[in-house]
Amino acid sequence: MTNAGAEFRTCPTTGLKVHLPAENLIKANAVAAVVFLLVGTVMALLVALTRWPAVHLLSAEGYYRALTAHGLNMLIFWIIFFEIAVLYFASAILLNSRLAAPKVGWLSFLMMLVGSLMVDLMILQGKADVMMTSYVPLKADPLFYLGVILFAVGALIGVGLFFATLVVAKREKTYEGSLPLVVFGALAAGIIAVVAIAHGAIIYIPTFLWSVGIIGPIDPAMYRVVWWGLGHTSQQINVTAQIAIWYLLATLTVGASPLNEKVCRSAFVLYILFINLASAHHLLVDPGVSPSWKIWNTSYAMYLAVLASMIHGFTVPASIEVAQRKKGYTKGLFEWLKKAPWGNPGFSALALSIAIFGFIGGITGVTFGTEQINIISHNTLRIPGHFHATVAAGTTLAFMGVTYYVLPLVFRRQVVVPSLAKLQPYVFGIGILLVSIGMTFAGSYGISRRHWDIAFTGAPFQLSVDPTVYLMLGVMGIGAILAFTGALMYILITVFTVLIGKRPA
Amino acid sequence: MSISVPERIWWKPVDKGEKIWVGLALTWCIVMFIMMPLWHLKGGQNAPSETYRVTPVQFQKAAQEFIDKYKVGEEKGTAVVAPPAGSDIYLNSMMWRWDPILKLEKGKTYRLHTSSMDLQHGFSLYPQNMNFQVLPGYDYVLTITPTTAGEFYIQCNEFCGIGHHMMVGKIIVS
Repeated sequence: MTNAGAEFRTCPTTGLKVHLPAENLIKANAVAAVVFLLVGTVMALLVALTRWPAVHLLSAEGYYRALTAHGLNMLIFWIIFFEIAVLYFASAILLNSRLAAPKVGWLSFLMMLVGSLMVDLMILQGKADVMMTSYVPLKADPLFYLGVILFAVGALIGVGLFFATLVVAKREKTYEGSLPLVVFGALAAGIIAVVAIAHGAIIYIPTFLWSVGIIGPIDPAMYRVVWWGLGHTSQQINVTAQIAIWYLLATLTVGASPLNEKVCRSAFVLYILFINLASAHHLLVDPGVSPSWKIWNTSYAMYLAVLASMIHGFTVPASIEVAQRKKGYTKGLFEWLKKAPWGNPGFSALALSIAIFGFIGGITGVTFGTEQINIISHNTLRIPGHFHATVAAGTTLAFMGVTYYVLPLVFRRQVVVPSLAKLQPYVFGIGILLVSIGMTFAGSYGISRRHWDIAFTGAPFQLSVDPTVYLMLGVMGIGAILAFTGALMYILITVFTVLIGKRPA
Repeated sequence: MSISVPERIWWKPVDKGEKIWVGLALTWCIVMFIMMPLWHLKGGQNAPSETYRVTPVQFQKAAQEFIDKYKVGEEKGTAVVAPPAGSDIYLNSMMWRWDPILKLEKGKTYRLHTSSMDLQHGFSLYPQNMNFQVLPGYDYVLTITPTTAGEFYIQCNEFCGIGHHMMVGKIIVS
């Protein structure tokens, strides 16, 4: 490599060597992520205000369209753009290395951007009212599937660039010994991403060919098996990336070190090995697959992945406790927790992410993965109640928390209106918590997810819905308004920081 | 630090507190691992496992024969069918209705065949809250024994287009 010096700067805060082309790619992906978060957030409010019976805002058509857009913009575009930024950060920046091939990074970014714009355009034009899962034989415009494929291949190229950068760093000896834990976690996420995207290709390419009429119908049971290899595994990319960020935030906020590298790393390996099989829990009440297949895949595999989460859920708070006690907060059992930096949005986001992900998201998820309990939760509102606690509270809050460090360190801007930033994780976290609780309880009364009208207007029979459901959907609606406010605060803070934030001296 | 390279040898013995936690978590995971197959064999209520491939045309024919044979009336344009206790019964689904309305006897066991004529649908028994997936091309046989008399509804809980919320069927148990 020639002219190496010109492509790097040294970070004054961390002393890390920052590769400028890598930094630009991190910025681009992070900005795209926040833009799609804004789209998803607006859709979220529309969807929630429609499901809140007292408001019932949109028409049926508008509701299903907004719901499809909400799912894809949040779960796919916002999160994966952000994850690609995290992968570049974890490889190039944390390892003091150059990014292997920045041009390939831009190709990946462009493909993802074009793909996501195609998908959004199709949805907003009403040519893809198929929900995020697009279960066949429900059919969308071919350009919708093509957009998804383009996005996925772009993301795969980004993940490949991350792997290549790890190789470059090792070969150019930018570090000695083993990978730092955060990079190891990101590597686990990267490997899971390859598995997820491979499933995506296996199912979306034939679906695209079917939508243009080249091949015959796709078997709906087969579609569900393979689609969930993508759908569930991609949630495990999120969990793994989120937990890598937990370790990162624990270090950045209170200076925590992992208690035992062996335990933490082994837990990441459990994710890689078992999570894909565990996606069978989405098919527990499906025809077409046998009970032994269902039980085998959801039992040992799922619980070993659960074990990994149980381990991280212990080691991250424990490492925070150890770091705090070293600072002298040793009075009683909980002085370390009381004296934690609760006013630092990086820390409060981390703490809320751990608590809501673990206690609400984890427990509900494991419960629904049981064959019998799945009968009373499948496709009810309990399902989105669960994954708003994992993905919206867990992953999104962790990403929000780390943003408050990305802004000064990567964008080199001081966060604007710090007092608002201080509040932001609480507003968003409490909002999502209410959303999750409201949905879970309403769902336990048999209220269905992805359903426009619990008054069943126009149906031959009207179901008498328990009044508690109306209360719980109200809780969900109020929570959604709070969470919307929290997300908007985050978006405004990041946008204004990037545009007009003061450059640190 | 989680962001810096660990010591040369990081494969170290685990602290006691951490060992206890991992041990507890693993034990709990093993308990759940054993419970799932155990409950499948011992439990009173499980997801049915009987499933056959069927084309929509075949299923439609079988369902229509069943309806013609046992039809006792009509409600809101849908046939009301009273099949003999313990028989094979059919519930067909299509955008956006369940066909027919079934009249069943309390305490009797039936083999309920479900399938779809078009898209994927969701069988959600209300207010019992029991949910099963209904796929075109598959005959899913739910072996059911109604234990309570009354009127029950089937709402579709898999998105199937603009009229999804109107897809409500009925089962009468006497």
